[in-house]
Amino acid sequence: MSISFAMAGGRQEATRDVTFSVSPGERIGVVGESGCGKTITGLSLLRLLPEDVAHISGRLDFMGVDLATCGQEELRGIRGRRIGMIFQEPMSALDPVFTVGEQIAEGLRAHGNMSRAEARDRALEALRSVGIAAPEKRYHAYPHQLSGGMRQRVMIAGAMVCNPQLLIADEPTTALDVTVQAQILELLRDLSDRGNMALLFITHDLGVVAETCTRMLTMYAGEIVEDADVDAALEHPLHPYTSGLLRALPRLSARRSALPSIPGRVPVLGQMPAGCRFRQRCPFAVDGCERPQALLDAGNGRRVRCWRFGDLALPGVAA
Amino acid sequence: MAQGSAIIVIGRRLLQAAPVIVLATFIVFGLLKLLPGDVAVTLAGDNATDERIEEIRRIYGLDRPFLVQYGAWLWKAAHGDLSQSILSGEQVLTSIARCFPHTLLIVAMALTLALIVGIPLGAAAAARPNGLVDRAAMMLASIGIAVPNFWLAMILVSLFALRWNIFPATGATAFSVSPADAINHAILPALALAAGGMAEVARQTRGSLLDVMSSQFVRTLRAKGLKTSTILWRHGLKNVAVNLLTVTGLLFNRLLAATVVVEAVFAIPGMGGLIVHAAIQRDFTVVQGVVFAMVVVVILVNLLTDVLCATVDPRIGR
Ligand SMILES: Nc1ncnc2c1ncn2[C@@H]1O[C@H](COP(=O)(O)OP(=O)(O)OP(=O)(O)O)[C@@H](O)[C@H]1O
Ligand code: SF4
Ligand SMILES: [Mg+2]
Repeated sequence: MSISFAMAGGRQEATRDVTFSVSPGERIGVVGESGCGKTITGLSLLRLLPEDVAHISGRLDFMGVDLATCGQEELRGIRGRRIGMIFQEPMSALDPVFTVGEQIAEGLRAHGNMSRAEARDRALEALRSVGIAAPEKRYHAYPHQLSGGMRQRVMIAGAMVCNPQLLIADEPTTALDVTVQAQILELLRDLSDRGNMALLFITHDLGVVAETCTRMLTMYAGEIVEDADVDAALEHPLHPYTSGLLRALPRLSARRSALPSIPGRVPVLGQMPAGCRFRQRCPFAVDGCERPQALLDAGNGRRVRCWRFGDLALPGVAA
Repeated sequence: MAQGSAIIVIGRRLLQAAPVIVLATFIVFGLLKLLPGDVAVTLAGDNATDERIEEIRRIYGLDRPFLVQYGAWLWKAAHGDLSQSILSGEQVLTSIARCFPHTLLIVAMALTLALIVGIPLGAAAAARPNGLVDRAAMMLASIGIAVPNFWLAMILVSLFALRWNIFPATGATAFSVSPADAINHAILPALALAAGGMAEVARQTRGSLLDVMSSQFVRTLRAKGLKTSTILWRHGLKNVAVNLLTVTGLLFNRLLAATVVVEAVFAIPGMGGLIVHAAIQRDFTVVQGVVFAMVVVVILVNLLTDVLCATVDPRIGR
């Protein structure tokens, strides 16, 4: 799947050949520097990109339905009910003039006939399941009356209320305090375990991935550069970019840090080199890296976009 | 606690209103005095001697210094006495009570029209920005804003009253006498008055709705699988309601001012007619009384708007 935007200077490809699969119960962390295309990848799964400028090419197969091409009604039936999504800023992601209870209940009522009372009961149940005390009281609260962590719990309750098979979470804890962050992460892990729900967890934060996820996708400049189980990726990264990220990370427990910096800059949209996009910054670049790099099978379900992966013994996270 | 603070807020607003009332009536009073001629000349008749005119001035206190005259008026007004018309001797409050219902009916009907046409039109336009409906609606709105009230009023009279005889051309019936007849008389004036308002409301609805529809929470609602129409009509409209309330309040006040011209075209004995006649004859107590009443109405409408905004928008004042 690739995403391109219609821009002043013509069509620009923002992501290229982002191919991955998610199985039930799996928790995938998507990491990469700002602007590498994590958010738009998440949004594209529910076709939430602005349709007038964004173009998705390729397939988005969800249990036999191609989300990239299916009809609006079919898409609407999947949104919220089978695939849920939560966002970074729970304050702006909630409608300020409706109570949080109403907002959860209406997500239910959007999918099938349900009486108000029944929707209300299920919404209360959802509030309870995300660990909100006194849900009857919170039901009638407006978003601005709640704390940031509480709002994100409400968001999660709203996304979970239809028991979706996949939850896309775009930096759901970035705006929260560390302690609240930890609680929300635990909640997400818990919900995924309980309902065998798959989680696509978009984040800057490798520590969060290490704690929460089972698999890690590393993106660089609009491409997936590595796809591996979290433990494997952390201990023995195969792509120099992943390794760079890990080494720049001081300690895994120091979770606050944003993505560590690697010297050099990401190539800008529209000026992508034909060969390896990481070549300008890669300490292992040699002749041959200017050739286009495919996502290679590295065995054990791992994939990596670097033809030299077999030759390099890259350091992982400092133990 | 919320109740108490609301009362405090309202009280404070009313106190703030007092200087506005004083300033407005003072300016109008000053303007009247700057104009040549005064009511004594009118009263004295065509062939009166200068001595007679002077005498009349003395009788009505028109010879006193400007500030003393104004002060006297204000003192009485503050005690609820708007004095009498110098020309007719009628209590100004009585004249206002007779004329204001006519004006209020027209303005209220115009406002209702503006809202029930403008909101759906603006919402339909916002549903598909730059679509056919949008362009047609916005073109209509431009016309609506550009067309002068009085011109539209005359067109309406010549078509609906004179040519097709559907509505009466002029005059008014008191609502208390015959509601149906009163409304029948008020339809054309209200239409003439409402055109600009409909356009304004349509534009504002469209603009705020587009703003709301591009906000982050709309993405959440779409991600939850809500229908686009539900998002637009339920969430969109409730979010723009605050905006619309403010627009409605302002519009009411504007219509109140604009009704002077329309009342003239339709020969309606409303506040417009009252103040225009009084001003021509320099009957300053009537002019002052009408200005006073209008300012009070405007202030009350603003207050009501604020209170309603606070009820609709949970973020305000709770
Ligand atoms: N509506 C749009 N029109 C044009 N370009 C866009 C649009 N939305 C995103 N892009 C571009 O797509 C690229 C990827 O953006 P995206 O938001 O997915 O990055 P990200 O990885 O989520 O970054 P961050 O970590 O900062 O959230 C960026 O270069 C961005 O400029
Ligand atoms: S292809 Fe070459 S430049 Fe790119 S990551 Fe591998 S070694 Fe580095
Ligand atoms: Mg992002």
